[in-house]
Amino acid sequence: MVDERLKTSRIDRDAVVEIRGLHFARGERPIFDGIDLDIVRGSITAIMGPSGTGKTTLLKLIGGQLHPDSGSIVVDGEQVPELGVGALYQLRQRMGMMFQSGALLTDLDVFDNVAFPIREHTKLPEALVRDLVLMKLQAVGLRGAAGLMPNELSGGMARRVAMARAIALDPMMVMYDEPFTGQDPISMGIVVKLIRELNDALGLTGIVVSHDVRETAAIADYIYLLSGGKVVDQGTPDSLWESASRWSQQFLNGEPDGPVAFHYPAMDYREDLIGGGSA
Amino acid sequence: MILDPFQRLGRTGLDFLERLGRGHLFLLQVLAGTPGLLLRPRLVIAQLYSVGVLTLLIILVSGLFVGMVLGLQGYNTLSDFGAEESLGVAVALALVRELGPVVTALLFAGRAGSALTAEIGLMKATEQLSGMEMMAVDPMKRVMAPRFLAGFLSMPLLAAIFSAVGVYGGFFVGVGLLGVDEGAYWSQMQANVDLQDDIYNGVIKSVVFGLVAAWIAVFEGYDAVPTSVGVSRATTRTVVHTALAVLGLDFVLTALMFGD
Repeated sequence: MVDERLKTSRIDRDAVVEIRGLHFARGERPIFDGIDLDIVRGSITAIMGPSGTGKTTLLKLIGGQLHPDSGSIVVDGEQVPELGVGALYQLRQRMGMMFQSGALLTDLDVFDNVAFPIREHTKLPEALVRDLVLMKLQAVGLRGAAGLMPNELSGGMARRVAMARAIALDPMMVMYDEPFTGQDPISMGIVVKLIRELNDALGLTGIVVSHDVRETAAIADYIYLLSGGKVVDQGTPDSLWESASRWSQQFLNGEPDGPVAFHYPAMDYREDLIGGGSA
Repeated sequence: MILDPFQRLGRTGLDFLERLGRGHLFLLQVLAGTPGLLLRPRLVIAQLYSVGVLTLLIILVSGLFVGMVLGLQGYNTLSDFGAEESLGVAVALALVRELGPVVTALLFAGRAGSALTAEIGLMKATEQLSGMEMMAVDPMKRVMAPRFLAGFLSMPLLAAIFSAVGVYGGFFVGVGLLGVDEGAYWSQMQANVDLQDDIYNGVIKSVVFGLVAAWIAVFEGYDAVPTSVGVSRATTRTVVHTALAVLGLDFVLTALMFGD
């Protein structure tokens, strides 16, 4: 099922993120039940799985916004759950994150949103801040939209602004939370292209959390498939398409029935109809 | 089955205590973030405008009408005893000791407090606070502390303005319409309103109410369930809890200050 050769060779390479034995639960409901994964420096790694499998939660655990119940999360050599507030904030300056909603500050225009992390963390003169912001906006094709407010942007534009903001401080790693959800084909194509090109041009490490199979497979170097709190499969996109796992095949091909059943668990249908079971 | 009501009562009590504890920890975190604002006064000034200046109109209009009503009611009562010359001191004491701080706090909760809660709650619902954290910017220092400080500083100033305008409202009705002697109105007030006992105690009340109103407003926003219903409920809670806290504290403070 799991491509052991790829897994081994991957661990041997320089990992920016190393997760071992991760357990995390929300109340009584387990989200992760002993996950191991590595994010290799300079690559784009996709975390995929059905809705509700905890993909976004994983990004929050990597970013230190949530604490695991047990297990280790090492980012750039630092144990994230053990970091104090100061050290965690230092580490976060080396991470960028693009939220699904964009999470733009609604009282600031596009320019000020991108300038926000630069102004907060540096004492650069305003002229230099302006140049940096315009360069970031140019990279995502929105230099002309610098004066617009977030409510004047389309969903795709908002994500590109969020992308420009995520790379504002030239981070080592950028996390993309569902970057393709709800996009029209043109916007989606732009975002796909930008993630790959920015990653290569800036030497970033990318983590893409998504359930959009084709778009993610087109840009990812390596994919982890999550389900039921575990890594159910992993490998390069090509190796996953040929995976023997029924679950992987169902997910990647979008089959309505399979290991993930079409029907929600219920009492016997015949018995329910004839016996008049309490609905 | 028979224990269900007790279990529910216990759970409600524990939830209340947990929330109270969370609120106090939140206040400590916000207070820890306020010294840093000395280096970034612009953050506070922007909030002073939206929390304080934009609340000014409702304070001015309400203060004027409350003063006018006090002038009218006070005149009717005092004239029965031939003591209408004391109208100035009655209006001033009612405003400075009680109505100024209390009504201002209630109006503040309705206008500025609810706006603060809604703003912060929506920032939470749209992941803006989470986004700030991931940009290594502490929302406690960048968002909560300036808003809390602006609310805390605005309240005593608004209460003072409310009382001052109210005194003039009483003057317009008492002196302007009902014929009370102008000299008696001001001189009685000057002679009988004590700086220590009345003004300072009124200021202390408005400072305490400012702390409570700003704390509740900012905490409710931060603690809101990040949905439209959650933000709506948090906004309602801000107004209701502030009103109850202010009225309850007013009794306690009045008993401590003026109860012999």
